[in-house]
Amino acid sequence: MDMTPQQKLMWVFGGIVALLAVASLVGWWLHRRRGDTEVVRNLNARVRAWWGMVAVLGVCFMLGPTANLVVFACISFFALREFITLTPTRPGDHLPLVIAFYVLIPVQYWLIHDQWYGLFAIFLPVYAFLALPALAVFGGDTHDFLERTTKIQWGVMIAIYCISHAPALLILHLRGYEGQGPLLLLYLMLVVQISDVMQYVFGKLFGKRKLAPTVSPSKTVEGLIGGGLTATAIGASLWWITPFTPLQSAGMSALIVTCGVFGGLALSAVKRSLGAKDWGRMIEGHGGMMDRMDSVSFAAPIFFHVTRYYFSS
Amino acid sequence: MIEPVAAAALVGITRLLVGARADWQAPPPLGQCLIFANHSSHLDTLAIWSALVPAMRARTRPVAARDYWDKPGLRQYVAGRVLHAVLIERRREEQDGDPLVPVIAALEQGDSLILFPEGTRTAERLPQRFRGGLHRLAEAFPDLALVPAYLDTLHRSLPKGAHIPLPLYCTVRFGPALARVADEPREAFLERARGAVVALA
Repeated sequence: MDMTPQQKLMWVFGGIVALLAVASLVGWWLHRRRGDTEVVRNLNARVRAWWGMVAVLGVCFMLGPTANLVVFACISFFALREFITLTPTRPGDHLPLVIAFYVLIPVQYWLIHDQWYGLFAIFLPVYAFLALPALAVFGGDTHDFLERTTKIQWGVMIAIYCISHAPALLILHLRGYEGQGPLLLLYLMLVVQISDVMQYVFGKLFGKRKLAPTVSPSKTVEGLIGGGLTATAIGASLWWITPFTPLQSAGMSALIVTCGVFGGLALSAVKRSLGAKDWGRMIEGHGGMMDRMDSVSFAAPIFFHVTRYYFSS
Repeated sequence: MIEPVAAAALVGITRLLVGARADWQAPPPLGQCLIFANHSSHLDTLAIWSALVPAMRARTRPVAARDYWDKPGLRQYVAGRVLHAVLIERRREEQDGDPLVPVIAALEQGDSLILFPEGTRTAERLPQRFRGGLHRLAEAFPDLALVPAYLDTLHRSLPKGAHIPLPLYCTVRFGPALARVADEPREAFLERARGAVVALA
């Protein structure tokens, strides 16, 4: 198979569009047969939102790496916005939060653009980690200081640092894979999202035993197994857009799926500890940006580093 | 002809910056109404105004402080030509007679209003004591629907003294119109009105 990266991108996007068309048809058929029920309505809203998300991703892949960085910087912005909205901050946190929104996000993504890997990897966990509480001191408010600082640091790590590892795949130099970073980013996003979708579908069809009823009531053991295996199989079959062999690709997909599941569960627990059911209302049928990116935030950094460690040139 | 464009832009910017999503806990009143809310930042007026549906926004005017909004330049233009604000004098030394006269005139014309009965901003989650103006207006206009509203994150977006707003999502929760109680003492009325806002928090 001697396709250019551009042709591979076209094929994969063609496949996604075909899948979505099937999903839309199924949704239409269910609406006709089952009528206007809550589940069907939510399913159709989700499919419609997927068309929108795929359109945004499609355009940004067409425009090139800089567009990818801008889109992911916006994703981080919206994710942090949802996180901090649910977090009870106090007036003394104003300065560190202004820095988080308006300085840390642009700098972190600029470091990817600049291909400055060394600083990209430590800028938030070292410099911002120390700078945020240092700035909060100027607020002069010691009430719940540790809790407030920790929550802001957590939001910054998940919404900016972790999510930024997805587009950082573009700057990896891998053996025999120069200039194909966008395909690897697409691979990650596809496996994570297919895993989420398939867990939902298998859960709705066969779900009986709840996986973690108090943390995430909609997740079931049947959904997890069916969805996880399907996503791993689809990921393995996409080996031709990655630097991996089919077997390695299956392993990587299994890793992405596993991290994604833990991300979904851990962030669901965080969300509930902040007293909410959804992170926001930005994406119809899905909830907020963080509801869509929770799995990515755990899967992206691990996938990035495992790939970097084993496949760097 | 530029005012409708400016109004649309203002709503767009406000939504982008602070969300300003409306959450009506009871159907919005059809007739003339007075929306009263907690006051915690300079963005409050714009957030409530942006959260209204266009038809309601067109007939609703914010009651705003002259000392803040009547500054030459952008603020004066926005307050006067875009928001059609009813400007009132808060500074006692500048007051010439009853400061509520322009508000009463607007209500007599049939306009709906947005009012912050605390009179001044507070950095807290819950509103302070309400001042008497709301009671006087309620007495003078017995058929006016008094709609409580609560702004949930603006005290964190732009606390007193801050200059750069945080882009948190603000939800504007509107409650059912306050029931009218005959011969209710002033303090009891004000406390009940404040309670209606607190209940939405």
